[in-house]
Amino acid sequence: MADIHTKTRDFINHFFPNVTIQDDQDIFTMGFINSLFAMQLVMFVESEFGITVENEDLDINNFKSINAIASLVERKAGNAA
Amino acid sequence: MTIDKTTPLANALQDKQRTIKCVIWDLDHTLWNGVLLEDEQVMPRSEILTIIKTLDSRGILQSIASKNAYEPAIQKLKEWEIMEYFLYPQINWQPKSTSISTIARALNISIDTLAFIDDQPFEREEVAFNHPDILCLDVTNIATMLDKPEMQPRFITEDSSRRRQMYMSDIKRNESEQEFQGPAEKFLASLNMIFTISIAQESDLRRAEELTLRTHQLNTTGYTYSYDELNAIRQSKRYKLYISSLDDRYGTYGKIGLTLIECTPEVWTIKLLLMSCRVLSRGVGTIMVNYIMQQAKKAGVRLQAEFVETKSNRMMYITYKFGGFKEIQRNGNNVLMEDDLSHIQSFPDYIKIIDHSMPCD
Repeated sequence: MADIHTKTRDFINHFFPNVTIQDDQDIFTMGFINSLFAMQLVMFVESEFGITVENEDLDINNFKSINAIASLVERKAGNAA
Repeated sequence: MTIDKTTPLANALQDKQRTIKCVIWDLDHTLWNGVLLEDEQVMPRSEILTIIKTLDSRGILQSIASKNAYEPAIQKLKEWEIMEYFLYPQINWQPKSTSISTIARALNISIDTLAFIDDQPFEREEVAFNHPDILCLDVTNIATMLDKPEMQPRFITEDSSRRRQMYMSDIKRNESEQEFQGPAEKFLASLNMIFTISIAQESDLRRAEELTLRTHQLNTTGYTYSYDELNAIRQSKRYKLYISSLDDRYGTYGKIGLTLIECTPEVWTIKLLLMSCRVLSRGVGTIMVNYIMQQAKKAGVRLQAEFVETKSNRMMYITYKFGGFKEIQRNGNNVLMEDDLSHIQSFPDYIKIIDHSMPCD
């Protein structure tokens, strides 16, 4: 599912336009993560990939990198199927 | 002293008479005597200028819904030096109910906090038909208007008396934000923001109470506290009550944040952390959480936070969770969280933080 990686990278690049983000790079160390970015990231993942992020999924470890987000999406989509 | 979740005050205020947040004026035969298109020399009603200025000093916003030609009407208001009192004036040939919808949307306030003043029964009925919750007033009763309970805010704070100017600054900010091309962080940097954190003083308490009542979206628990409760809290060694303000190159946003921490020798518990939704897109909620994390680490205590989940405060839940807080206890919508303080972000470059609070003990 390279698609998830690409879409997520595009979204994050919108906030950090001048860097190349590696799939395993920790985005929480790239700059100040404010509540607005966090909220937008969660809403992006929900609307773009059609999953519901539950309270227990709201953990930095699930959102800290493109790989982490992709595996969260795959796990949630797999559960739903 | 223990201060637990208190709701009686909020309920009492809901039962109380509503408070008007914005008065919308008609022009011909209302704000001035006569019809502008028939008589260029119209004069304002004698008592009107005092009323406009008094409402403004009470923190009640004002606007216009008039069927008129835009330019000449604006010219008159400028001539009398009262143009600046009106936000988003609607001077056009549309139904007034439509103009009123536009104003409510622009100000982001609900219709039941609006009052509409017009001399013509037809216009008042058209508006009341489309907006049953609005307060419609006949201009012939204008003399007693200021005495109406709806026109008397519970109290007038420094922030309420400069509310109009803050809305004016918001209009300029929003314009520049819409025109801005590029990432959000660059725009934030262009604002030259200054975030000031202070220990709440007695003079802050009315505003503090107002914030607990008016703020829902960026509010971690929704606990409301009365002036007297806040005053007791402020003087108690068991609590820390922080109030924060935000300024930028367009002016001040006023006192926009309130944080209450209960401190025991081993554990600090954030009972309440709220930010006015006017600063929603400024990212200052995270800054406040980070500030408290730093203070707790310095004091060598554990840091917990209470959270009451509602339909509208998910952003604050995410702020805590992405700050590293974990749920340690849950009872329905009531959550207790703890942060192990192992990872604390440093403050971003795009905002200056001024710490006016006392050193922690």
